[in-house]
Formats: sequence, C-alpha cells, structure tokens
Amino acid sequence: MLAFILRRLFQSLIVMLSVALIAFAMFRFVGDPVNQIVSIDTPQAQVAEIRRSLGLDDPFLVQFGRYIYNAARLEFGVSYQFRLPVISLLGERAPATLELAFCSALFSLAVGIPMGVYTALRRESPLAKLFQAISLVGISLPTFLIGILLIYLFSVTLGWLPSFGRGEVVKIGSWWTTGLLTGSGLKALILPSITLGLFQMTLIMRLVRAEMLEVLRADYIKFARARGLKTRAIHFGHALKNTLVPVITIAGLQLGSIIAFAIITETVFQWPGMGQLFLRSVQNVDIPIMAAYLMLISFLFVSINLAVDLLYALVDPRLRATVGAH
Amino acid sequence: MSFKTHCLAAVAALALICGSAQAQTLRYANQGELKSLDPYTVNETTTHAHLGHPYEGLIRRGKNLEILPGLAEKWEVSADGLTWRFFLRKGVKFHGGEDFTADDVVFSADRSRAPGSNVQTRVPTGAKVVKIDDYTVDFQLPSPNPILHYQWDTWYIMSKKWAEANNSTQPTPANATTPTFASLNANGTGAFKVESHQPGVKTVYKVNENWWNKNPEHNLKEIIFTPIASDATRVAALLSGEVDVIEPVPIQDIQRVNASANAQVLTGPELRTIFLGMDQVRDELLESSVKGKNPFKDIRVRQAFYQAIDIETIKSRVMRGLSTPSPLMIAPELFPSTGFTRAKFDSAAAKKLLVDAGYPDGFELGMDCPNDRYVNDGAICQAVVGMLARIGVKVNLNAQPKGQYFGKVLKPGGYKTSFYLLGWTPGTSDAHNVLFDIMGCRDNPASSRGESNVGGYCNKKLDALTDQILVEADKAKRDAMIREAFQLSIDDFGYIPLHQQALAWGVSKKVKLPQRADNAVNFQYAIKE
Repeated sequence: MLAFILRRLFQSLIVMLSVALIAFAMFRFVGDPVNQIVSIDTPQAQVAEIRRSLGLDDPFLVQFGRYIYNAARLEFGVSYQFRLPVISLLGERAPATLELAFCSALFSLAVGIPMGVYTALRRESPLAKLFQAISLVGISLPTFLIGILLIYLFSVTLGWLPSFGRGEVVKIGSWWTTGLLTGSGLKALILPSITLGLFQMTLIMRLVRAEMLEVLRADYIKFARARGLKTRAIHFGHALKNTLVPVITIAGLQLGSIIAFAIITETVFQWPGMGQLFLRSVQNVDIPIMAAYLMLISFLFVSINLAVDLLYALVDPRLRATVGAH
Repeated sequence: MSFKTHCLAAVAALALICGSAQAQTLRYANQGELKSLDPYTVNETTTHAHLGHPYEGLIRRGKNLEILPGLAEKWEVSADGLTWRFFLRKGVKFHGGEDFTADDVVFSADRSRAPGSNVQTRVPTGAKVVKIDDYTVDFQLPSPNPILHYQWDTWYIMSKKWAEANNSTQPTPANATTPTFASLNANGTGAFKVESHQPGVKTVYKVNENWWNKNPEHNLKEIIFTPIASDATRVAALLSGEVDVIEPVPIQDIQRVNASANAQVLTGPELRTIFLGMDQVRDELLESSVKGKNPFKDIRVRQAFYQAIDIETIKSRVMRGLSTPSPLMIAPELFPSTGFTRAKFDSAAAKKLLVDAGYPDGFELGMDCPNDRYVNDGAICQAVVGMLARIGVKVNLNAQPKGQYFGKVLKPGGYKTSFYLLGWTPGTSDAHNVLFDIMGCRDNPASSRGESNVGGYCNKKLDALTDQILVEADKAKRDAMIREAFQLSIDDFGYIPLHQQALAWGVSKKVKLPQRADNAVNFQYAIKE
C-alpha cells in the first residue's frame, strides 16, 4: 500500500510540473509584461532595465527553473501590476470564490435533486417536461449570457438584486471575509450562485432522474410494493436513498471544477474572487498572478484525484493489486 | 394663506435647501483599476486620476486643463530660464497631521526619480531641487525648460516624515520581494482621504475636513470606487442606480443609457489622437508583396494611403458620430489646429498616385492593430482595410490584444510592423512630446528621440525645430515653431492622423460633473443632489 501511495504522489508531482511547464511556455504568447508595467512614453533605457531586473532576458529554462525553485518554497513573487505579494492577493480573494462555489453547489443540489426526483416520478406531467426544457437551457446557454440575462431581469428591470460585487462583508478572524452574515451580502450571492450553479444543477437533475428511473425498476422496489408499503415510503425511503450515493460522489468531484470555472461568473458579476483576478492578470500580462493561480488550480485537481484514487484503493483491494502488478 | 401654511412652506423650503447642500456618497465604477496607492508606481490615467483624490501636486489643472496653483501658490522663472522658484502654500497639513513644507517637495523629487519609480520623467534627472526656506523651493535646471511644471498635476507630493516612519522612502520596483507601506496606504494633502483600499476590488474615500481649500466645489462626504471590467455589467449597474458614475460607456450602449430615466452620457473629445503609421526605414517591408524596395519611402504612396481613407465614413459608421477627425498629430485642446486641414479623401487621386509611383495593380502588405486598447480600434482597422482595397492595396490585418500588439510594434519588439494604428496623448500636454517621441528621427541609438516613432519617419529640419522648441520660452515664437514643425510632417505625409476619439462617461441625473478631455474622472468638482 505504501508503495502505491508513493507512486501516486510521485505521479501527482509530475502532473504539477507539467502544468507549470505548459503554463509557463504559454505566457510567452500572452504578450510583453514590461509594456504593461511602464507607460508608453517611458524611456527605453528604463524599460530595458526593468526587463533585466525581472529576469525576462534569461533563457526560458533558467526562468522556469527559478520559478519552480521559488514555487517549491511557496514563493510566488510580487504582482507586476499591484506590486503586492501574489500569495496575499490570492488569499484575499479566496474567501469570495470559495463562498460563491459552495453556495452554487448548494443551490445545484437543493434545486437539482427535487427536480430530478420529480421528473423521474411524474415523467409525463407538463411540469416535468418544463423542467426538462429548463435543463436544456442550462446546458446549452453560455454562462456569461445567463449572467447578463439575470442582471437585466433582476437588477435593471425589477431592481431587486445587485448587479455586481459582494455587498457588505464581515471580517472573521485575521483574513477571512464573509458576505454570508449581512443582508446585502446574501442578496449579492443569489444571482452569481444561480449563474454558476445552473450547469451543475442540470447535471445533477439529469443524473438523479436517470438513477432514480434505474432504481425504480430494481427488484427490491418491486418487493417493497408487493409488501404493501406506501408509495411515498418506497420513493423517498428506498429509491431516493440509493440514488443519492453516486450523486454525492459526482457533486463532490464537481466542486473542484466549480471553483476553477468560476472565472466567467466572477467576471460578469465583478465578483472579487480569484477567477476575476486571474482574468484581469491575463489582460495585464501579470505573469506572477497567472502562474500562481494556474498552479493553485492544478494543485486542487491533482489533490482531488489523488484523494479519490487513494480512497478507491482503500475500499477496493483488487484495484491495489492490479495497479501494483504493473 | 394662513400663518400655519406659511410656516409649513418655510420649513419645506428650508428642508429643500438643506437637502441639496447635504453631503453625499458618490459611487463610481471604472473599467480600469486603481493599481497602487503609491503615486510613483504606476504611470496610468486611471490610477493618477484616483490618486488625485488623496494627493495633490504643486500645480493642479482646472476643468479645462488650465494650470492653476496647487500646493505652490505661485512661481517665478529666472531670466536665464534655468532656475524656477516655487512659493509653497502655508498652513497645509497632510492627512496624518504632518505640516507640508519644502522638505516634502525635495523628498518627493528624490523619491520620484528613484529606481522603481514610473514617473521618473516628471522631474528632469539633471534638475537640482534646493530648499531655500520652509516654504520656498528652487529647481535648478541644466537647460531651460518652459514646460517644467506641465505634468506636475500628477506629480503628487508625499510626506517625508510619514514615508520615513513607515519605511517607504523608496517606491516598490517591479521586481520587489516586499511591497512598501505606501502601496496600500495613502497620506496626502488632498480633498479626500483613503478610508479603505482593497486592490482591484474596492476603494473608499472620505472627505478631508481639514483641507486647505475652505470652499470646496464638491458636496461629497464619501466616494466608493469599484472597478467593473465587464461592459454589460457596468452599464447595468448605472441603469439600476447602484452606481452614480461609470467610465467608459461602450459606444453601442450610449443611446440606451440616454433613453433611460435615471442616467445620461457625457461625451466629448479626448486628448488622445488616433493615427496610422507607415514603416519608412526598412529597405523592404516585413510583410509585403513588394520585394527589394519599400513603397512607403515614396511620398506618393504615403499620400495615396492618406487620401484613400474616408475619415467621415469612419466617423459616422465606426465611431457613430463620436470622433473628431484631426489634421494634426495633437489634440486641438493642446495645440490649435486652425489653418491645418486634412488632405482630401479622393480614391481616384489616390489610385493615380499609386500608378505614378509604379504600382498600377497596387500591392499587398500586413497591418498591425490592437483590438482592446482604443475605442473601436479593431473596427477602424477593418474599415481602413476596406478603403485601401478600393485603390488596389490588399491589406492583411493582424488585430491582436494590446499585450501582444505593443510587445511586437514598440522598440523592445524591434518595431516589427509595416503599417500600424496607434493612439497618443502627450504626457506633458504639450506639442514637444509629440514632435520628440513620435516624429523625431530615431537614427541616433544613444538618444531617446523617436523611441515611439514606430514607422521611423524622419525629417532633420523637424528635429532641429524640436530642439529649439524645447528651450524657447517666448510663447509666440514657440507656437510659430511648433506650427512649422507640424507643417513639415504634413508636407511629408509622414503620418496619417485619423481622429480624436470621444470620451463617454455615464452619469446619473443626480450628479453634475465637468468632463475633462484628459479623461481624468476627478470628483473635486462633483455635485450630487
């Protein structure tokens, strides 16, 4: 088992390094960071000096090696634009992204599961057909369009909800800020959470529906009916419970991608999270921020996958044996 | 009317008066960010405009960009033009309570010229800054400079004591490992204090009750600034009343904002001149079907390009009426364009010029253009491509994000372009900057002349005039020389100036705000009902 864990850890490290290498190579195509730091009439001698001081004249491998060396010590440098440490910039933005991600996950579960159950149980009802149609919208419309449509309906036309930002935030501890404890903070969460969660909601609804239909055909449901149990007890006591196991697994795995793909939603709603910081840094060619963010996200995915693999191996000894045999 | 109704009316009137004079909170959203509170770190309009709330310079610029006394009450120049004496305002205090004195001016001059500063050109490197007494400072120059103080509205004065106490005597360079205190905190003498600042997220200013100007023109108690990068969201925030002022309003949304009940768009010309440039240096263009020679070295080709462009169509179709076609490479607000006219749009004449120059079937060349830097920049280039096609020139357009564009066409990229679009606002608000940076010959590698002259247009007579303009203190003589220099470049068809793009600020109907052509949104003059 120990050998297996070590091997998986080593593989994860290789993945992280490859991500770093690919990301770093891509930065060369984003543009010239120095032109974003200086103004257009800055003397070129000064521009050259800045370029040299940032090490941008060094060969690619030297720059990459330096970056990995620093990253290994959790040194991600100072943002070119803000002249502040990248770690603290990302740390400041993290609570916003995490709260948004959890709220939209919660929304997708709270709405997706009942909708899935309903469409499975009342397949022929008009409401179920409407839900199916809505789910098609959720899958096919791009996130930014959904966000802008919601803003125009609920902010501009009706004036109910804010169109941007986090509202009032409260500080908890030394660095965590939360919008969950204020009225305006909660109101500000609604539209972005729906926008970000809509796709997941559709996914969960369809998953629940399919699983539920599968389970309802199973023998133990037939026996339960034969024993004369109430329909309600069969549906919610037996069928739903068994449906939820894969749903929870998927929802957990999806949380990682919600965090990573919050970029568009954060941009539309000017949500002060990490995704928005990343997108702005791409426009400004702020390489330290871009690099740190990409490393963070790849770390997130690699850890989730690692944890899943290890858990599977723990649960299912056969897997361990086959992996070990290679 | 009874006595009672009289009283009620009086009370109501009083309430109205009080209501209108009441201090207000103004919410503002901009596409760009306030990147640092350190006034010497970033040289950029948005950031400078914001720092104009907590900080002040020795001079300030009024609603029409006129130079007004700021922290200096008055100044005089010695007869030889080499010494400028500034008399400082007395009784001014920084937000932290420190007195403003000559020491702070000397300190700020040193700090702004230190490594890591991005405003090093504000005070010339060779200038010596000498404290005469607590309220008098001399600037001793190696050569006369009539526009020494032109940029000083954004050369913000910092407190020496405060910087020393907070370990911020040097600006944070781009390769820093630890930021300075000054990049997250501000201590100026200005009309507003920074209450809180989260970079790229939100900045809150509170009115400075102890401002030296006892009759402020604004009635604000607080400014809340949020950057909103997404165009649609920014407009939505204005229309829903969540913010009072936005900048910019995308051109296609102007009508919708004006049609709404609670906001309107302020438009006006910006100082920035948008122009086309042509590579006149290389012996062969980088991307062209013409081999062995450079067609742009022929003035007839340059003139043909100029006359092929229908500027009125660009104005009406691409800019939706919101541009001011320009005959000069500088905005009329900075130098009057009376007497100058654009060469007439004439496709037939342009075609004939090409034939005369030896290109009866036209030719093919590449064009570089940014698509996220200026108002509708990509669309302007598209239009130009179409217009040149009519005279037989096939242009392969390479429209790209500014990060890539500037990396390619400017000096560090080796001026790798044959034909390009660029916008320029002289940082000094003066013609010399345009003549030197954009139109100066770049044949001397030791000089910084012509560093942004991407096409390498060169006229030695213009260079000689530029040098005289730099030191000429007599305004009439100086203006005549500037006219002559611009005329030289016009006669050469060295550049194709297009237009002044328009500013478009979205403003709530409750807010009154003057619009300055330099696009600095400054709330010193804002009144909110």
